[in-house]
Amino acid sequence: MKSISPSNRILLLLAVLTLVPAYFTPLWQISLWAPQYPEGLNMKIWIDHLSGNVDQINGVNHYIGMRHIGVEMFPEFTYLKYFMGAMIGLGVAFFLIGKKWSLYSFLGLITLFGIAILIDMYRWGYEYGHELDPKAAIKVEGMSYQPPLIGYKQLLNFLAYSGPDIGSWILMGGAGLMILAVFLDRKGK
Amino acid sequence: MKTNNWLLAAGLLIAAVAPGCKPKGAQTAITGDAASKVYVAPGQHDEFYNIVSGGFNGQMSVVGLPSGRVLKILPVFSVNPENGWGFSEQSKPMLNTANGFVPWDDLHHIAISTTNAEHDARWAFGNANNTPRIARVDLNSFKTVEIIEIPNSAGNHSSPFITQNTEYVVAGTRFSVPVGDNQDVSIDSYKDNFKGYISFIGVNPETGDMDLSFQIEAPPFNFDLARAGKNKSHGWFFFSTYNTEMAHTLLEVNASQKDKDYIMAVNWKKAEEYIKAGQGTKKKVKYAHNKWDEETHSATSTIKEEVLTLDPTVLKDIVYFIPCPKSPHGTDTDPTGEYIIGSGKLAAIIPVFSFTKMLAAIENKDFEGDFNGMPVLKYESVLHGEVQKPGLGPLHTEFDGKGNAYTSMFVSSEIVKWNIETLEVLDRAPTYYSVGHLSIPGGPTGKPHGKYLVAYNKITKDRYLPTGPELAHSAQLYDISGDKMQLLLDFPTIGEPHYAEAFPASLIKDRQVKFYPIEKNHSPVALKGINDARVERKGNEIHVYMTSIRSNFRPDNIEGVNVGDEVYFHVTNLEQDWDVPHGFAIKGANTAELLIMPGETSTLKWVPDRVGVFPFYCTDFCSALHQEMQGYLRVSPKGTNVPLKYSTGVAE
Repeated sequence: MKSISPSNRILLLLAVLTLVPAYFTPLWQISLWAPQYPEGLNMKIWIDHLSGNVDQINGVNHYIGMRHIGVEMFPEFTYLKYFMGAMIGLGVAFFLIGKKWSLYSFLGLITLFGIAILIDMYRWGYEYGHELDPKAAIKVEGMSYQPPLIGYKQLLNFLAYSGPDIGSWILMGGAGLMILAVFLDRKGK
Repeated sequence: MKTNNWLLAAGLLIAAVAPGCKPKGAQTAITGDAASKVYVAPGQHDEFYNIVSGGFNGQMSVVGLPSGRVLKILPVFSVNPENGWGFSEQSKPMLNTANGFVPWDDLHHIAISTTNAEHDARWAFGNANNTPRIARVDLNSFKTVEIIEIPNSAGNHSSPFITQNTEYVVAGTRFSVPVGDNQDVSIDSYKDNFKGYISFIGVNPETGDMDLSFQIEAPPFNFDLARAGKNKSHGWFFFSTYNTEMAHTLLEVNASQKDKDYIMAVNWKKAEEYIKAGQGTKKKVKYAHNKWDEETHSATSTIKEEVLTLDPTVLKDIVYFIPCPKSPHGTDTDPTGEYIIGSGKLAAIIPVFSFTKMLAAIENKDFEGDFNGMPVLKYESVLHGEVQKPGLGPLHTEFDGKGNAYTSMFVSSEIVKWNIETLEVLDRAPTYYSVGHLSIPGGPTGKPHGKYLVAYNKITKDRYLPTGPELAHSAQLYDISGDKMQLLLDFPTIGEPHYAEAFPASLIKDRQVKFYPIEKNHSPVALKGINDARVERKGNEIHVYMTSIRSNFRPDNIEGVNVGDEVYFHVTNLEQDWDVPHGFAIKGANTAELLIMPGETSTLKWVPDRVGVFPFYCTDFCSALHQEMQGYLRVSPKGTNVPLKYSTGVAE
């Protein structure tokens, strides 16, 4: 099979490098605003931990019977960093191989990874918003509290926002680089 | 007939005009768009913090300028049942003195900390007038964190005034009193047995911790107010004195006899040299020194028993007297430090003294005499000049940093603006009524912020809706940015404000404590989580280790307490969020409530004296389920054996 152009090889390497910041930047964020929280409550999800106003969000959400958010809620924290390591390893291998199939494979890999993350976030959000304590102090008939997957949603007195954070934006940049490389590759044919 | 008509017309005219001849009163004083200048739109912040003494309420008020809105009453020397100050076990030691626990005082003056004679606004100092003490308030938490008692003092009025880098806070005694071992002396032995001590309290430049460094044994005058020299006069301190007649009865007559009293100039750098050379004398005294710890959330009180004193009749060049007309009240130094203004409250002029001339007079020994070996300088040799016909009853002077001085006139009820160099009166504005202190943001510093002036008045009368015989004290805000002072706002105050200081909000508003991190809570009775909540019996003491978090107490059902037990509620607020205090109050407690800030621990002692089930609840509306934040404590007769039991949320 054909080798890729030197410029595309560099793009592939750069795309692999965009996975590295995932270890030290937050990947996802959830924010909440209410009349009495004008400054907002913000939670950040990292590769293996949470940060931000997690305790305050738990304090507020216990009234409606939502589960206590904690590290134990995310089994992903135990394996995601190894998974990411494996992707970087594969990416470097693809870069060294430098064949056309390796370029397409890496684009496929990170696209699948992105989709998997979205599905996982949706699954978590669904469970978090629906599995409510039956003894909760405040019960609103027919109301569930699933946070939006991406974007804004009004949940009782809170406006909730969910979306990618720095690490994911960089990853998406990597995906963009791969699309550019594929585009250049097809144009060069 | 014609003449009669003319007379009639003239008579009618006089009758019509006569009421208009009465000089204009208060109602006409507002000009221009005053309202828009003091309007702070909803959600917006005031430009200045104004820290206002509470006078006879013993507290400080925090007021926003220019709106005049009261933001907080900050407990200092008086107990404050609304947040447990002086009632919680942790705060009681703050009000300890050599006379034991004192629940009240009279706070007159504020000093905001400075560096290089400019506001750094790290701390606010306040004086206790009645049982002499000085308090230090941390302006990051707006909490009283230290109180030091002043021995050998009575009526701590000439206090607290600070040097330009907050090296010292001073405390001059208003009443001279007998000191030492034998204080059982006849009052008419005043001149022989009474002393007027001036205290210098050192302030740690990093932590702010105070320490009684030394006292100067001054003559038995009444020390009224003081100001430190600054910039060129840094190293000197100026104290106004009255009753240099040394009367001990009917002072309104007997202390008003002399044509001139003194401003006492103290060379404190010289005093430091004598101390370094070991010239001080240690004397036996007894005073309390109380400190609050923001990590253990509790105070400790230490009784100290020694003070270093300096005798200026023996140690030369520490004390000089500047003659000043008629019982001076305020003594103020201008921003350059060159001019010292004495406000002789019974004088018809305002004398302005020159620091340069004072040094020259000392150099040339230009003395008119001495008092017990301490030189009295010649009035004319030290005088820069006199402000002629300033008004009646000058009390205090502040500065705008543009070469102008503003003096409050108690008797003629006005603020008078005059030029420091030329001594020319430039403007006068009425006050409502009988102004005492006045305050310009940064007014006592080397770099006034100017812009506004607040008059703190002693008489209110008809200014607001009447509230029976006891009225709020009134204050007026003036715009002083132009040539003429413009009255903008009239606002009621809390307590009886004397002095106040204001500084730009930007100095401190972004460094405010929002809550106490629970992991840094080192209170020995703190709980770090709900799982530690418990009740323990130690003899007849019951210790309830309780948590509060929206919206429950743990434990909230307690049994096994007997009449006469000493019950200690150690309540930790586990919240870690801004503006979520929890309160704690139990029925029948003859103390007060606790108001506990997030991450803080506080203890209320309660000795039940009757059998029953006593409800307790959270007093600060904390959440949608605040009304559910409650519990019960059962008290059984003495000697019964109801087992100690506690729980939370054990379902029915």
